[in-house]
Order: sequence, then structure tokens, then C-alpha cells
Amino acid sequence: MKQGYEKRSGEDLKKPTTILQQEALIDWSDLLSILALKREKELYIQIYQHFAPKIKAYIIRLGMVNTTAEELMQETMLSVWHKAHLYDASKAVASTWIFRLARNKSIDWMRKQKYPDYSLQDWLEEPAENNNCGEQLITSDRMAKIIKQLPEKQGQVIYMSFYEGRSHVEIAARLGIPLGSVKSRIRLASQKIKMIWKDEV
Amino acid sequence: MNINHHLDEATLVSYAAGAMSQSMALVVACHISMCNVCRDRVYSTEAIGGMLLESLEPAAISEDALNKLLARLDEEPIVQVSKAEERLSSTEQDNVPAPLNDFIGNSLNEINWKSILPGIHYYDISCKTEFGGVSRLLRISPGKSMLLHSHEGNELTLILRGSITDEVGRFTVGDIADLDSDIEHQPLVDGDEDCICLVATDAPLKFKTLLGKIVQPITGF
Repeated sequence: MKQGYEKRSGEDLKKPTTILQQEALIDWSDLLSILALKREKELYIQIYQHFAPKIKAYIIRLGMVNTTAEELMQETMLSVWHKAHLYDASKAVASTWIFRLARNKSIDWMRKQKYPDYSLQDWLEEPAENNNCGEQLITSDRMAKIIKQLPEKQGQVIYMSFYEGRSHVEIAARLGIPLGSVKSRIRLASQKIKMIWKDEV
Repeated sequence: MNINHHLDEATLVSYAAGAMSQSMALVVACHISMCNVCRDRVYSTEAIGGMLLESLEPAAISEDALNKLLARLDEEPIVQVSKAEERLSSTEQDNVPAPLNDFIGNSLNEINWKSILPGIHYYDISCKTEFGGVSRLLRISPGKSMLLHSHEGNELTLILRGSITDEVGRFTVGDIADLDSDIEHQPLVDGDEDCICLVATDAPLKFKTLLGKIVQPITGF
């Protein structure tokens, strides 16, 4: 990966030369929590280098052209900086929180309308019971492994929902199957993924 | 709040994925803001999105992107305290869930209702729908029922005041009826106060009775 930040204006930041070697061991949730407290650009750059290319890839999969994807990636990463204080590691791992920011930015832009969200502020409210959805340190191959454990038809509807942003009705039309079948496939897939997480805890 | 009827798992996935129309997502967001159980469930469903994000092959980023971004970090953020957040504390007693605030304000008592049938009022929400669906508030008097109907698509109904009973069970404030084409039902307002509910569909409903077929083109519901 090209380290494209040598010419930063004014700031004398250490070069995180060992990032790549250590990447697999980094707990991004810890890093994001520390960023919220310390506001250090060095940390931010580390988070950027890991997540920005993935955020852009996600936005491209939603069907956006390169320049738009780049712009929305920037907006998402800007939110990471400005909203870091709202991040609560007990509620979600970093990738989930960042996914949510990227999702909202993309959908708002795509549809020129606000995606109704239970506000980020809610995250600061009283903790509900500890949800052991089994999110811990996530490595990038883990989801791929989990998806592989699903029957192909179930993986497909999960991809169509998350990567293509298609509603149940759209998926039904596209696959030429009844709405009820789409929903039961999604249900089974989601329950199975959550089951696998629980087993891995 | 004692909530007994929750979101279907498939609905949660669609919401978490960002795959819903604005009108459907509004009902889901409102229920989540009222229901701790579904709030926990949505966290773990959004985690699927997080893991999918994490598993993507990185895309190439333009070289000056980081510098541009760093230059913007110290800008004052445009603080967009949403109307919903502003009013969060003041509205709970009136049972207008925060996400709905953006569309109707903070009171169920100041809605500009329109009448369709005796005892049945509606208010269309300026929310985008898909495939001929609707996004509206309904206010129904005690003893009245909605017309017998079934669905082509999904229908979400969130109770904001009062209660209804239908073939599925009894629904009180905060409960959501998350139904699809497998269900034919005729909800009846069973309490002694008007029932107000937020409804969204992603396809036109199918009515069973002649009256329904006559009224539908006018009401869409």
C-alpha cells in the first residue's frame, strides 16, 4: 500500500512504518476508542489506511462511480473523526460502527433523502443487557469463512442486501422467487451467522 | 414499555443493510428507538455489515485523498443536531419516537388529519415509498376496524397510541406488526381510545371486500 501522507502540512507525525506487519494484530475498536480520547492524527491515519480502501470498495459495490465513491469515503472518514466520541466499544466493533457511517452517507446521497436512523446518541443511553453477539477481534477472512458455511442461496440474499442495497421485493423480482422465500432465506442466513458467532465466543 | 411484538429477522437484516425504502426504514427506526430488545438485535445485525466491510478487497484510493482529508479535520464540523435529537427528552411522554419527529413534529395531538371513512383518519407522511407503497399515520376510533386485506409485499404497523387486535394477537404501544403476503388480517381497535399507528407498505394492499376495492383507489390503503 502506498503511504501517501508524507507531505502533510505542518505536522510532524511519526511514520507508522510497521503498520502493515502488525495489521493482523491490531484491535481497531481499541484504536477508535483511544482516538476519541486523544484526538491524535497519527492514530487517525492508521485507521484511515485500514478502513478507507474498504469503505470505498463498499460504496463502489453499492453502484457508485469512482469519483463519488472517493467523495463519500472522505465524508465517511470525516465523520469518523468528528463522531469518534460517540463510539462505544461495548456496543459494536469498529468495523460495524464505520459500516454504519458509510451506509448512511451512501444511502443519503444515493436517494437524496435521509435514511431513518435511531440516532447515534442512542448509543450513549443506558446499556441494555450485554449482547453477546460474539463480535470480537475480526480478521478479514473470518466473514468469508462464515459466508462459506452458508448454503449458496442464503449467502446470495445477504450479499444482495448488504452489498447491493436491494429490498426484499427487489430481490424477489430479481431472483424470480416469492417474497416469502426471500425472507426465509435471509432469516435463516442471519440466524446462522449469529449462531456461528456465539459458538466462536 | 412492555413490548411483545418485535421485528422479523428478515426485516432487521434489510434495515441494517440499508436496503429499505425510506418509509419502511422509518417504521423500523421508530420501533428500535422504543424497543431495547430490537435495539440489541439491530446491533448484532449491523455487525454482519461490519464484517462484510472488513472482508472487502481494498479499493485504490487517490494519492492526495489523505492530505485533503487531514486538511479538513480541523474545520468546524457542521453540527447537525437533528430535530429528533433536540427533542429527544421532551417527546417521550407523547410517544412520538425520535425518528418520526423529523416528519411530524413532537406531538400526536397536532396532526392535520384527513377523514376517509367514519372513524378512520389518515395523515400522509412525506416519506419516499417504493413499488406503490404507502407511508402514513392512521387514527382509528374504538370498535372500528381496518378493512380486511392481505399483502403483495411487506407491511409494517407500529402502534403509537391505543391498541388493536387482529388474527395475530393484541398490539399495544411500541408493538410492531411485521407482516407479509402470507397473512390476511383485519385489525380491530379494541380499547376505549383512538388508536394511532404508523404504517408503511412496499406494495399496494389487496382488499377482500367490495368496499375495500372501491375505497382503495382513493385511500391507497
